[in-house]
Amino acid sequence: MTGLALLIPIALFMGLIGLAAFFWALRTGQFEDIEGAAARILIDEEGDALPEEQP
Amino acid sequence: MTSAARAADGAAPGERTVLVVPGMHCAGCMAKVERGLADLPGVSAARVNLTARQVTVTHAAEVTTPVLVDALGALGFPAQPRAEELAPPPSAVKPLLAPLGVAGFAAMNVMLLSVSIWSGAGGATRELFHWLSALIGIPAIVYSGWVFFTSAWGALRHGRTNMDVPISIGVTLATGLSLYETVTGGATAWFDGTLMLLLFLLAGRALDAAMRDKARAGVDALLRQAAPGALVLGRDGSVEWIAAPQLVPGMVMRVAAGERLAADGEIVAGRSRLDNSLLTGESAAVAVAAGDAVHAGTLNLDGSLDVRVTAAGQGTTLAEIAKLMDASGQARSKYVRIADRASRLYAPAVHTLAALSFAGWMIADAGLHQSLVIAIAVLIITCPCALGLAVPVAQVVACGALMKRGIMVKDGSALERLAGVDRALLDKTGTLTLGRPVPDPAVLDRLGAEAAGVALALASHSRHPLSRALVEALAQRGVSAAEVTDVAEEPGQGVRGTWAGKAVALRRPNEAGGMATALDIAGSPAWLIPFADRLRPETEAALADLGRLGIGASILSGDNAAAVGEVARVTGLTAQASASPADKRDAIARLQAAGHTVLMAGDGLNDGPALAAANASIAPGTASDVGRQAADLVFLGDSLDALPRAIRAARRTMAVVRQNFALAIGYNVLAVPLAMAGKVTPLIAAAAMSLSSLIVIANSLRLVRAAN
Repeated sequence: MTGLALLIPIALFMGLIGLAAFFWALRTGQFEDIEGAAARILIDEEGDALPEEQP
Repeated sequence: MTSAARAADGAAPGERTVLVVPGMHCAGCMAKVERGLADLPGVSAARVNLTARQVTVTHAAEVTTPVLVDALGALGFPAQPRAEELAPPPSAVKPLLAPLGVAGFAAMNVMLLSVSIWSGAGGATRELFHWLSALIGIPAIVYSGWVFFTSAWGALRHGRTNMDVPISIGVTLATGLSLYETVTGGATAWFDGTLMLLLFLLAGRALDAAMRDKARAGVDALLRQAAPGALVLGRDGSVEWIAAPQLVPGMVMRVAAGERLAADGEIVAGRSRLDNSLLTGESAAVAVAAGDAVHAGTLNLDGSLDVRVTAAGQGTTLAEIAKLMDASGQARSKYVRIADRASRLYAPAVHTLAALSFAGWMIADAGLHQSLVIAIAVLIITCPCALGLAVPVAQVVACGALMKRGIMVKDGSALERLAGVDRALLDKTGTLTLGRPVPDPAVLDRLGAEAAGVALALASHSRHPLSRALVEALAQRGVSAAEVTDVAEEPGQGVRGTWAGKAVALRRPNEAGGMATALDIAGSPAWLIPFADRLRPETEAALADLGRLGIGASILSGDNAAAVGEVARVTGLTAQASASPADKRDAIARLQAAGHTVLMAGDGLNDGPALAAANASIAPGTASDVGRQAADLVFLGDSLDALPRAIRAARRTMAVVRQNFALAIGYNVLAVPLAMAGKVTPLIAAAAMSLSSLIVIANSLRLVRAAN
């Protein structure tokens, strides 16, 4: 029973972290361009940096 | 991604312009577009959204839209500013993601607790677990069930019923009973089953919405035809680019060859020929000169024109067609989706069964509590979990298969309506035919390699529609351009240059009549290359295929009788020519009154009302904005083969949907007697629910090859 009292809060807390991360991702627009996000990792960054990283 | 969010939220300097770039499809394209734009002076940032095929450019005020469009053109990406009224509608899937996440989280955690209860946890542990389940479950059920509650309430308030009504009643009663059980320390709570039900239903709905979002994004990316603006002459001779909504009567726009008119007007100076085919369906170009009235949406073929705007925006001929379209959508708004039709029968049946079991157990003296538990078990077991997945999963899989074949389904009920079609009406210009001039292949065959090379070199210097068609046709034949120097384009006359010391020219022919261009090479006779609009490839096979599907086809065109007669003779179809937009709509109404279910295939503005009036409609990707927006399906590519393919896929989908209904009802026939007998435990309910959903999903996945 004491084990449960410890484990259940831990399990719930970890689940809640996952849920919070999902909500954060939703809020910051990370589901706006799913296709683009998948393709972006393939962009070759040799030479000049990505446009939005320039001053 | 964080940098993107910051770039979007931060107070970036200057203005922001959104350009539609339909040609982007990979990481390389994204990098080229973003870097190419960022390298321009005055541009501070460029960010591509690949899903929407758009790029958002943050730039200083002095950088105008045409500069950005030209820069993208130089990179090899034709672009257009996004027309505001055609901006993509808000996403359908986004509001469903958060409820889906919550339902998933809660269902998993509650299921974890439930498993230990099913394994025999008793006494204080069971009570603790029930309380924990309630604590997680009730807020989650309220939050993620909200979609269903509001939809059910909306239907009930209007005296209708839909699939969400039995779902809402089942969920609410099950939650109430579980809470009562938890408070009184009872043996069974149903939080796990209720949450799982919501999870499955939300997943089905989110899939459905995601697929439709994707199709709509694809259609929006095709916005190309309407001129979203014009170069306007100032009184002092300056030229300024003004977007279409800001055009007002009295302004003078300069329309170069190859551009579409952005507003109705009257020609002040210049002479040219106009292509009205999108507006009227007429295939022959019309010669115009100063004093003639011209309409928005027509394509300027030859010379530069100065046009005084007489009507813009809501005042144009387009607005009249839009009015007709508004009045034409009745057949479609009257259509009831198959899932809602099923729930009309299903909901009363389920509620009667639950009431009967309650009454039966009361008569059998089981006590109020026991009878209520059994009645609610019946409701949970019959909650249309598999039924809720039966339609969306099948449609999502079929739409995905069609999308791979270049056919985009814009509306959820489109496949259902398309499956019932037994009569097809086809527009001629742009639907049966390609809707653009194609050079006569016989003449191109006779051109030698050298002459062809010269023609390609000269044509590639011009933006004239005939030149572009020539470039495309020659490039397809594998011709490589000759080295032509001193190239100069004279608007309305042609392109001239020097090749191997000889004067060469690609020019408008001396003799009038028909569309043609002449190729001069000094020292040899001139070549006359005639252009004509041609039938789409595989038209005959596609029409024969429609016949095999039991669908009678005929032509309904706004073009003159001679041009329509020619196509009718070649295709062997009956035809109605010179039909106005209202005539087309009436022709469809007559067929519908005779009991036919009509498919309209068309592309032009003049087809808009007919596309809206027909039971189902399809438009080619090259269609006008109006055509694409009014149509349920849009097919890319040239082949007319898309028509029978889409109809066949729609019929297969409906067959699978009916099988899914049979499976879902078959499951109920087995499970309901158990529930009515009071033998169903939460464990059995959870297992039965998952199993029936999985079977329905597996059956729907067979549609992956529906479009083959």
